[in-house]
Amino acid sequence: MSELRELYQQIILDHNKNPRNFGPLADANRHQEGYNPLCGDHLHVHLQLEGDVIQGISFEGSGCAISKASASLMTSALKGKSVAEAEELFTRFHEMATSEADAPVDREKLGKMAVFAGVREFPMRVKCATLAWHTAKAALDESGDAVSTE
Amino acid sequence: MSTLVEQPSAPPAKRLDVERIRRDFPTLQERIRDKPLVYLDNAATTQKPLTVIYALQRYYAAENANIHRGVHFLSQQATFAYERSRARIRQFINAEENPELIFVRGTTEGINLVAQTFGRQQIGTGDEIIVSYMEHHSNIVPWQMLCEEKGAKLQVVPIDDSGQFLFDEYEKLLSERTKLVAVTHASNALGSINPVKEITALAHRWGAKVLVDGAQAVPHLSVDVGDMDCDFYAFSGHKLFGPTGVGILYGKRELLEEMPPYHGGGEMIRSVTFEKTTYNDLPNKFEAGTPNIAGGIAMEAAVDYVNAIGRERIAAYETDLLDYGTELLSQIDGLNLIGTAREKVGVLSFTLDAAHPHDIGTILDTEGIAIRTGHHCAQPVMQRFGVPATARASLAFYNTREEIDALAAALRKVIEVFS
Repeated sequence: MSELRELYQQIILDHNKNPRNFGPLADANRHQEGYNPLCGDHLHVHLQLEGDVIQGISFEGSGCAISKASASLMTSALKGKSVAEAEELFTRFHEMATSEADAPVDREKLGKMAVFAGVREFPMRVKCATLAWHTAKAALDESGDAVSTE
Repeated sequence: MSTLVEQPSAPPAKRLDVERIRRDFPTLQERIRDKPLVYLDNAATTQKPLTVIYALQRYYAAENANIHRGVHFLSQQATFAYERSRARIRQFINAEENPELIFVRGTTEGINLVAQTFGRQQIGTGDEIIVSYMEHHSNIVPWQMLCEEKGAKLQVVPIDDSGQFLFDEYEKLLSERTKLVAVTHASNALGSINPVKEITALAHRWGAKVLVDGAQAVPHLSVDVGDMDCDFYAFSGHKLFGPTGVGILYGKRELLEEMPPYHGGGEMIRSVTFEKTTYNDLPNKFEAGTPNIAGGIAMEAAVDYVNAIGRERIAAYETDLLDYGTELLSQIDGLNLIGTAREKVGVLSFTLDAAHPHDIGTILDTEGIAIRTGHHCAQPVMQRFGVPATARASLAFYNTREEIDALAAALRKVIEVFS
């Protein structure tokens, strides 16, 4: 049960139930689709990029609590950030999510994102946590093709 | 490995003594995350009784030799055991002759074999292949590939809201263009059992051949290919309490004789010169290369195990368990059962309003309960019911009412976490 509480922390349950920045984005100039074929998690990330700054960001789609909460927390964290800052956060998050379950977590730098450290106990769920991030990164890189976690 | 030195218990007695049966399955004694394993993922693969594990061990430890070619003692022993298994499986599905059973890697290979041999030979531009909406991807994709290559058309029989095959719609799709009907005996995602005998009879009236995907039916129902009169029937060993990597394709002799070989190589030839190769007789024509000998031999043990319990008794027990589970899950608020056909094998596919299937699966896993979540390799079924995924508990004869109780309790816990 402790692993379970670690995974489904209150903040994750809250963001799953009331996702922030959920819906279309009127002034978006970047769009990216992300899909996790194994699970069926499917989301779209919309970005409003002004120069080097993420002025607006939102997401839409359906998925499990982990993928939805991750997208919600990510959009909250990336709003107002520069592209370089966003990419740094992506790298940190990705490193944390794919690290060994007992590896230390830099809570200061990851902020609220550190709540996803619990997925490391459930390897099949890591992709749920990272899908939104891969999708946002592809939107920033303008890679075009839909992102797949497979 | 210590269990391997013990002797397996005698075949279960006349009554279905589940406690005793469970002792024959070492994996069922495992504890998962410090809880007793509740294994409800039998549609994905079943656990193996000791008799099957011993058969594999015996072959590798004492009988290992290649089949069909050595004159030495061990090779003859291995050949004998392999062919005896084929004969036992023939009886099990009531086929007429041993050469009508081709050892393959599993259901998927069996279907692909038919697509690549019979299909490529018999199906051409403008011809049609009929599948149903509830097929596993392995009974869709090989036909799509064939249709693309040949300019043929795939027709799909719809299903109703309970997940039942719409026979009237099927009847409308049949025509002189129909060359093949490929349909599952029982759906892996919904549990629905299809009227394969009637489906076959109707297809034959139009001169079409019928392939039945038996992967989900063979472990639960009495299968009689003679009575069904289907032209091909494919199933996997590992869903029938046997090893992975081995399965059976049954085909009517006259069809198999006409079909070109699937793979070229050793075993499938009679003579080879650079000018001309003559193919071997059935079933060797379709069994190029050294097969999964251990797996093939252990299939006999799997079939014997199921026979010892009795398939009618298994079906009756599982139906009772399914009814119990259906009733129990129906009482959970916000739980939606997907697949409520009248005739079903033991599959309980569902969604919860409160939680996504993957969250359900993870929380159940922490309770030691193994279920499958996702699209179950049947994405058209998910689209039909408008869900991205379902959670699926699938039963076998070693499951108990107590395990269903544990499932229901854990689901209430999921709802509590997400409320």
